[in-house]
Amino acid sequence: MKINSVKIISLLFFVLSVFYLYTAHQIQVFAFDEGAPFNAKTFPIYLGYAGMFFSGLKIVLPDQKPIEVDSTYLEFKKTILLVLTMIIYGATILKVGFFLSTSLFLVLSYYFLGERRWKYIIIFSFPFVAIFMYLLHGVLAVYLRDPLLKYIGIMG
Amino acid sequence: MIEGILIGLKTALSFQNLMMVMIGCFAGTIIGMLPGLGPMTAIALMIPITYGFEPATGLILMAGVYYGAVFGGSTSSILINAPGVPGTVATSFDGYPMAQQGKAGKALAIAAYSSFAGGTISAIFLLIAAPSLSKVSLSFRSPDYFGLMILGLTAVAAFSSKGNFLKAMMMCVLGLMLASVGQDTLSDIPRFTFNTMNLSDGISFVLVVMATFAMSEALTIIIKGNDPAKAAKQISLTDLGSIKVNKEETKQMAATIPRSSILGFIIGVLPGAGATIASFLAYGMERNFVKSEEKEKFGKGSVQGLSAPETANNAACSGSFVPLLTLGIPGSGTTAVMLGALLGFGIQPGPRLYETNPDIFWSVIMSMYIGMVVLLILNLPLIPYIARILAVPRTFLIPMILFFSVTGIYLMSFNNFDIFLMIGIAVVATILRLYDFPMPPLILAFVLGGLMEENLRRSLLISDGSWSFLWDRPLTICIMITILLIVIWQIYNSYKSIKK
Repeated sequence: MKINSVKIISLLFFVLSVFYLYTAHQIQVFAFDEGAPFNAKTFPIYLGYAGMFFSGLKIVLPDQKPIEVDSTYLEFKKTILLVLTMIIYGATILKVGFFLSTSLFLVLSYYFLGERRWKYIIIFSFPFVAIFMYLLHGVLAVYLRDPLLKYIGIMG
Repeated sequence: MIEGILIGLKTALSFQNLMMVMIGCFAGTIIGMLPGLGPMTAIALMIPITYGFEPATGLILMAGVYYGAVFGGSTSSILINAPGVPGTVATSFDGYPMAQQGKAGKALAIAAYSSFAGGTISAIFLLIAAPSLSKVSLSFRSPDYFGLMILGLTAVAAFSSKGNFLKAMMMCVLGLMLASVGQDTLSDIPRFTFNTMNLSDGISFVLVVMATFAMSEALTIIIKGNDPAKAAKQISLTDLGSIKVNKEETKQMAATIPRSSILGFIIGVLPGAGATIASFLAYGMERNFVKSEEKEKFGKGSVQGLSAPETANNAACSGSFVPLLTLGIPGSGTTAVMLGALLGFGIQPGPRLYETNPDIFWSVIMSMYIGMVVLLILNLPLIPYIARILAVPRTFLIPMILFFSVTGIYLMSFNNFDIFLMIGIAVVATILRLYDFPMPPLILAFVLGGLMEENLRRSLLISDGSWSFLWDRPLTICIMITILLIVIWQIYNSYKSIKK
């Protein structure tokens, strides 16, 4: 058996299924439901077994179409930077407010992806978000939480 | 039926709904045109917006987006040889060579006319088939529904990812696992919530769709370093040539369209088959039907080679609505997303939809047709302008997709946890995509998870815990035999290819 990335992913899925099955068995059902033909843990238990079965087969059987991704062509740095930016965006959107956090997220994302034309970076961040917010909040009356703009007095 | 059609027309032709079809088609075309982004992403991005509207209006918007995205996918296939969706891969076989010969406008027109004709014929089939099947499906019971759902998942796993059956089945199980998070619907017992209040209501459908499609597609484009803008330079996007189709070409299309429409519709109705298989089969069938000198032109810019897959994929799109509207079981990833949206509106599709919500049932069918008319009269003349979007650099495109995804979830829950969960699922989905793990089975399973558990619960309770319900009724036996045949066929195919 040749070990490759797909086999490793399948193994991780197998472990996940075992953990899922264990957690399914831990689900507390009502006493009168314990011996019932179907209760809250019946379906998850079958799912756990199904996950183990399919991932187990994938690990054991030889690959039909082996896939190896050449990591030298993958842009890890940009992707990780973008994911981190998203996490920071997610963490600040409620506290800092929609306008500032979204605009900064867009500026940073454009920059990390290699954009250096500052004129476009600015146009497609702050004014773009302002228009988007106006359409959503002003026209469609969709609530947008923005403590900063509320503090300044721009948003009601 | 006439009354129903009139109800549907009245709803679909209201000013607001007509505007929604137009906006949907336009937005769908733009999103579908961008390489890597298909109808599922387009619909996923629209879901948070649709929740602000009436159910019929929201669904009409999504139907417009669906057709627009399919048309947009054909445009990128023809112009830059980068199919936005697998369903338009076959379009590029002859569409792109035609564009290289300086006939991009003509290729787009042939694609649009073929799509329209295929959509028209299949809409007529849908009008006839949907109400009849609705009546038949009223006799379906829980074991049959449970069997049908397993059939849907198995078929999607088998057909939507050729050679990746086990991977697709793993994705199905993962989708079902994600669907099982949260309180049990009957007993309210928390499951897999790990004492977190954030998970007690389960994982939002929109969150999973956004994470596995919009966001992970954007991340996949970055990590793979694919630059659509580079590809876009191959053909001039400002001079597409004439969009006029001559008599000879019209004659060729007239022969191709009826047979490809019928084939496409039938394939679309089958669970799991969908537009991709329909377009490839139609292409292969057409090649066998044409004369030998025309056969030589296939792959080099043949009118019939372009018309056949385009007709079939649009016909299959309409066909895929048949199981969704009549049985409440989606046959494809895209219709699974639509089912999720319907459930979000509090509407349960199925045989009763035809009786309980005739306005929704018929207006969706009618608006699909109106959507096709809109695509033809609005999008075709605008294509030279819309095509320029293909030149938008990914440095702007990707952050915009990520922004819309995060905003969509933020607007729905105002909760940081959901955003972090979405990012986490998107990262995992991106890794899985790199190794060819298909995402549509995951979404289909996620949507069907609750319904599947409910039908299994009823079946087991009725049969007092015995699994004999799987072979008690002839209909259930037929469904189970079909599932077995699909699984055996897949295992046989795997064995054959490994032996080679």
